[in-house]
Amino acid sequence: MMKPAAFEYVRPETLAEAVTALDHDDARIIAGGQSLLPMMNFRLVQPERLVDINRITELERIERTKTGLRIGALTRHANAARDPLLAEHFPIVAEAMGHVAHVAIRNRGTVAGSLCHADPSAEWPLLVTLLDGEIEILGSDGHRSAEPSEFFLAPLVTDIEEQELVTGVHLPLPAGPSGMAFEEVAQRAGDFAVVAAGAMVRVENDTFAEVRLGLGGVFDTSVRARALEGALTGQRARAEELEAALPLAIEDLEPNDDLHASADYRLSLVPVLARRALIRALHRATQ
Amino acid sequence: MTGKARITLTVNGEPFEADVEPRMLAADFLRDELGLTGTHVGCEHGVCGTCTIMMNGVSARSCLMLAVQLDGAEVQTVEGLGTIRDMHRIQEAFHEHHALQCGFCTPGFLMTVCDILESLPLRTDAEIRDALSGNICRCTGYDHIVKAVRTLVDERDGAAS
Ligand SMILES: Cc1cc2nc3c(=O)[nH]c(=O)nc-3n(C[C@H](O)[C@H](O)[C@H](O)COP(=O)(O)OP(=O)(O)OC[C@H]3O[C@@H](n4cnc5c(N)ncnc54)[C@H](O)[C@@H]3O)c2cc1C
Ligand code: FES
Ligand code: FES
Repeated sequence: MMKPAAFEYVRPETLAEAVTALDHDDARIIAGGQSLLPMMNFRLVQPERLVDINRITELERIERTKTGLRIGALTRHANAARDPLLAEHFPIVAEAMGHVAHVAIRNRGTVAGSLCHADPSAEWPLLVTLLDGEIEILGSDGHRSAEPSEFFLAPLVTDIEEQELVTGVHLPLPAGPSGMAFEEVAQRAGDFAVVAAGAMVRVENDTFAEVRLGLGGVFDTSVRARALEGALTGQRARAEELEAALPLAIEDLEPNDDLHASADYRLSLVPVLARRALIRALHRATQ
Repeated sequence: MTGKARITLTVNGEPFEADVEPRMLAADFLRDELGLTGTHVGCEHGVCGTCTIMMNGVSARSCLMLAVQLDGAEVQTVEGLGTIRDMHRIQEAFHEHHALQCGFCTPGFLMTVCDILESLPLRTDAEIRDALSGNICRCTGYDHIVKAVRTLVDERDGAAS
């Protein structure tokens, strides 16, 4: 039997109340609880105070901004997957959500919970890294925001201070029409990815105006394949050019051996998934 | 609140009020406090799916929720589906297709099917398998479960067209 240790339960109704509730030596936020409660059931985590943010409904909104879309922290994976605004501007989100866990877990798990849990194989950190998202953070000193490279520090480690909470993530719209695609290999449907790849391609005048490739499962955090992106930008927008650049995708990657896959296997998946994602993204960009 | 918390909720249409310790899992509340032992507990970390319930119209893992989080909720458990004499159509389909053997996983499958029949198109058997991927069965080999769900989907879509 695995049960959580005792804790004090606090359920703020507003952001201000949440910030106050977090002013405690050993407080922990619970959002969907789909990563935290397993850890509490195993007693890997034993917070003294649990701050349940599920009643702060203002955190559930997805809205248009001048320059992009703002996804509220408490947006559930299942709601992100069927949101019309996201489907219109970032169809890659629904594609990626199909790989996140299972139906019941997607009904509860949240965007910010996934970002703050910071599993290097998780889909949301990869999406936000790919899409140049900005993570919005609220603390007792007010609001700040962080880029993915500042926010994700190591596996399960982020830049969030103990008394801060993530309120949402802002995704800037691409500078022009684009194509996006997501690919993943996992051991079984719904398992964390062994390797995942997300691509975004913009084509202008038959050349690559912008190419982005994000990778998960091959480093301490989600990463961008900057060498490949740089080499392709300005090239003719052809599948052959993408193919030729694929060896650059594994530059600087340091995957680990673990229970699920060897480092070599992970590395060998990168060009395969990168190729599929980039070619589909190119196809969509030029449709 | 450090001590017990008062929660009010409805389970299978019946209202309940209880005082619960914050650390009590929703699954243990349903089983040990309300005596609704149809909701099973397997892994207690979200992997096996046998603890699946419906909460406010969507499926949820009751081992990954706290009883205090059920405050104000409408919960449906397998006991709310049907009785031996008057089975729910989902239960009948499982019966007809031999979609269970030992039955340990069955409550979770039934509650998951309640959700996916409402929320997903399930056009192909591959989509059905994907939607059921969060529920583990050690007995049936899944084939009969997929057949039962296929029948239910065909009935649903036939009725709609
Ligand atoms: C069987 C199973 C399979 C899974 N498979 C996948 C998968 O394939 N891919 C995947 O990405 N995920 C997977 N998950 C995890 C799931 O996506 C979780 O929903 C997610 O990782 C955490 O989100 P949550 O809202 O449940 O967060 P919680 O579990 O509530 O919290 C996680 C952490 O984030 C902190 N936190 C939460 N919200 C905030 C906030 N707003 N501000 C600051 N800190 C916050 C919490 O304190 C905690 O430390 C799986 C989970 C299970 C149980
Ligand atoms: S007991 Fe809840 S998923 Fe296994
Ligand atoms: S019928 Fe025995 S585990 Fe599914």
